[in-house]
Amino acid sequence: MRRCPVNLVCLAAMERDASNGPAIEFRDVTYDLPSGQRILASLNLKIQRGEILVLLGRSGSGKTTTLKLINRLLSPSGGEIFVEGKAAGAEDVVRLRRRIGYVIQEIGLFPHYTVERNIGLVPGIEGWPQEKIRARALELLRMVGLDAQLASRYPHQLSGGQRQRVGVARALAADPQILLMDEPFGALDPLTRDELQREFLSLQLRLHKTVVFVTHDLNEALRLGSRIALMEAGKLVTLLSPADFLRSDDPLAAAYVRAFGSGLDAAAHRGA
Amino acid sequence: MNFFHFIAQNHGQVLELTLEHLWLVGVSTLLAVLIGIPLGILIAHWPRWNKPVLATANVIQTIPSLALFGFLLPVPWLGDRAERLAILALTLYALLPLIRNTYTGIRGVDPAVVEAGRGMGLTDLQLLLKVELPLALSVILSGVRVAVVISVGLATIAAAIGAGGLGELIFRGLAMVNNQLILAGAIPAAGLALLADFGLGWVEKRLRPR
Repeated sequence: MRRCPVNLVCLAAMERDASNGPAIEFRDVTYDLPSGQRILASLNLKIQRGEILVLLGRSGSGKTTTLKLINRLLSPSGGEIFVEGKAAGAEDVVRLRRRIGYVIQEIGLFPHYTVERNIGLVPGIEGWPQEKIRARALELLRMVGLDAQLASRYPHQLSGGQRQRVGVARALAADPQILLMDEPFGALDPLTRDELQREFLSLQLRLHKTVVFVTHDLNEALRLGSRIALMEAGKLVTLLSPADFLRSDDPLAAAYVRAFGSGLDAAAHRGA
Repeated sequence: MNFFHFIAQNHGQVLELTLEHLWLVGVSTLLAVLIGIPLGILIAHWPRWNKPVLATANVIQTIPSLALFGFLLPVPWLGDRAERLAILALTLYALLPLIRNTYTGIRGVDPAVVEAGRGMGLTDLQLLLKVELPLALSVILSGVRVAVVISVGLATIAAAIGAGGLGELIFRGLAMVNNQLILAGAIPAAGLALLADFGLGWVEKRLRPR
């Protein structure tokens, strides 16, 4: 506890803490399956406001688990998670989730709703007036680079890239400050993925969301991440900026960099 | 030609029995929907109830209809009027397709859609009403369709305990060895079954998610 001579000063300091502190903080968080198998072991991690933190690792490393702990699709077995200064466990889970955008690889658009209703579902539940919802949906479609005409289409009438753009637009609908993305571009072809990554970066320049981004693709991690959290077997191995990641002498990080370069190398050598 | 002659002469009675038949089927189906769909929703979300509920519905299905009508006869209040008995028995038979299809329909909803909905902050009830039930609707409806067709057939047997319906003509015809009477009951019953099957099939197709 901070000691302050005057209460008002103390309050001001606490307020500053809440707005300048990390957007998300993991304190000694563990997650075990009901069978007792440990998926995540004492994770400590601070995610800053406005950064894109990439969770990099192979499947089973605990990165998706880490993500789902933030919006409490999973509850930790031990430790605490703070979202914008508040212990995530203390808050109503539905309220918490509505403040956090969530994008997954399978997208999960509602097949029986048009694009516009998909985007407008949460604002609708939150009681926004119809006009405002419609305006917001069209604004978001433009933001993610889609034609306003698509608003009345159904998900099955869209291409994979268009669907994932709608997925991003839907996550942004109620203007959450935090965005959780679980391999959102993983199922797209390389050119579409490249396009979406580029547009996502330029969108982020305007929106300054706090983004937690799960991927197993080093290229994507280097390109999008402010920092890269490398995970392996339920543990955080290292936390580095993209530039430091490439120079890192951590064996696992180096292995990633090597694997990443080998495709280009092989092609170059075959050509010679 | 004798058959049509018979129908023409007795159209009032045939119509009345057809309406009685429809009443038995309609009320029992409604009751089965009110019980079966919530049960299906229950076992789709709490799998531990899955086995006992489906097993019970299955066992009911294996009881021969004539025996079930007979079993229920001594039950107080119910036994007072054959119509009540018939409706209860038909409801019990209609439960299995309704429970099973509701369960299958909800479990068949793409898990990614449910996860996305949950992650967006839908409550369990919102998820059920806005996502799961609409997406399961066509499967649930095909359960209603099966239940109705089975009920139309079974309701003819309800005449054996005096509950009325088109079975009355059939049983009377059997007793009197009169084929015209049997056909006058059987043909409208078959027509009802076909009509219900076709009508509900059409609705089901209209509601199928894209």
